[in-house]
Amino acid sequence: MKTAPLLPMIAAQTRAEFLKLWRLPAFSVTSIALPAVFYLFIGLQQGRYSSVNIHTYILASLAAYAAVNVSLFSFGISVAVERGERMDALMRATPLRPIAYLIGKVATAIAFAFVALIALYVVAYILGRVLLPIDQYANLTARLLIGMIPFIAMGFSVGYLFGPRAALPVINLIYLPMAFASGIFFPVQVLPDFIQKIAPYLPMYHYGRLAWNAVGVSEDNLFQSVLWLAGYLVLFTALTTWAAQREERRRFS
Amino acid sequence: MPGSTANSPVSTPSADDQPFVELVDAHKSYGSVQALKGVSLTVNPGELVAMLGPNGAGKTTAISLMTGLRKPTSGSARLFGLAPTDIRARGRMGVMLQESGVPLSLRVREIVDLFRTYYPRPLPTARVLEIASISDLGGKLISQLSGGQKQRVYFALAVCGDPDMLFLDEPTVGLDVASRRAFWEQVRTLVGGGKGIVLTTHYLEEADALATRVVVVDHGVKVAEGSPAAIKDRVPGKKVSFTTAGPLKDADFRDLAIQNLSIHDSSVELLTNEPEAVLKALFERGTEIHDLEVVGAGLEDAVLSLTEGRG
Repeated sequence: MKTAPLLPMIAAQTRAEFLKLWRLPAFSVTSIALPAVFYLFIGLQQGRYSSVNIHTYILASLAAYAAVNVSLFSFGISVAVERGERMDALMRATPLRPIAYLIGKVATAIAFAFVALIALYVVAYILGRVLLPIDQYANLTARLLIGMIPFIAMGFSVGYLFGPRAALPVINLIYLPMAFASGIFFPVQVLPDFIQKIAPYLPMYHYGRLAWNAVGVSEDNLFQSVLWLAGYLVLFTALTTWAAQREERRRFS
Repeated sequence: MPGSTANSPVSTPSADDQPFVELVDAHKSYGSVQALKGVSLTVNPGELVAMLGPNGAGKTTAISLMTGLRKPTSGSARLFGLAPTDIRARGRMGVMLQESGVPLSLRVREIVDLFRTYYPRPLPTARVLEIASISDLGGKLISQLSGGQKQRVYFALAVCGDPDMLFLDEPTVGLDVASRRAFWEQVRTLVGGGKGIVLTTHYLEEADALATRVVVVDHGVKVAEGSPAAIKDRVPGKKVSFTTAGPLKDADFRDLAIQNLSIHDSSVELLTNEPEAVLKALFERGTEIHDLEVVGAGLEDAVLSLTEGRG
């Protein structure tokens, strides 16, 4: 009794996941167009922030916003929908390997985030004449695509904890305030005091620091931010595992 | 798979001595609800076992134990001698579930191609579409399909891995008569190729048309098992109902080939395989009959007659 080869399974799974989301305008349009629209609203202010141009600073902020957007929405919504439609039951009855399923979803989220980042870079260039040195683009993109993994885990836990109807509002409730309090729309320094106190505990604040630093903003103790993100990855992975086991007991035991 | 010939549309399972499926004294409770109370079932290569029973009888639960989607509370389930959750066992089975979803934004051919990569020896895509009679739908989005067409896509997904063992939970729900016949034809071909199939159905007719063995399930227990002919013999085929001028007693029906007699005041209902003989006898006994109706007995009646007197 042999089993199917893993690599073609992963490739097919990734392709199918990508097509599924690409054809869902509610997802593809919001994840690609929304950051660009936000750029239009807040990215065109004049002036400098820290050592960099505000245009550039906001580009890095919205790039972080775009990547987290994809992480939370692609995972949170698609996992919840699959559970709601009992698609997961059918997949469980096949010899699909869980690792292929997982890699397919993660790779899709990263690929989508990549598309969203490129779209944002293009919009920022056309509207704000922001053109970064190539190594800054590369650094920013690499940091964001790797650093989004804790947020993928966060989306995954929401997808497992909530039903298909609740997942979207829950993510919106979490995401917009978190992005705001993390200094994504306005720098943390100009936000109210109590938010400045909360920010250093939010994963997105640390993610933002990685992004701002990549475009030339000096950030102290960047390694601490990496540790914070790693900690959040552990936390959300544990939460997802717990939620998945709860699901297992309820529906598949 | 190499070795398939033009005449055998799908590969022949390797000859194992062991049965494909073994369910032994399986119990399953959901909280305080006992869905299965000790069901045993064996499926051998080339057998199509039809599980027949009303809603809530435990058919779907039995399927979920055999496919490893649920674990028995007690008793055991084996698939090809392995735990049903074993990836090697799953690589040789296909399943059609009730009310399972598929990604609506994928095209038929895309989802079939995706599922094919899950299996070690998938059938060619064109062949899969042909078996499920959806060759003309390959380019359609799942969201554009009718209920019956979706049902055929599920069948395609169940057979795409060229499984030795197929589980079909209510496969013809939502199909029109012509599609149902076409589906039966495909299933017969698969069984002829030496596959094992478990199929659940509400329809006595469907079990009769397809099964090599019929298992009747009710309230979580097996109430009868045998060839379709043997089961049909035990099940009265007609339901006779009428009203009478005066009240009748059980004694008025003595020595008649009837089952499940129920008398409520002047209205009478009974099951029989010989409605003509029974009515003739009643007329000869001078029974005055009005509003006579003779209809084919439904599954509910059949199961009732099988369970009668079982306690």
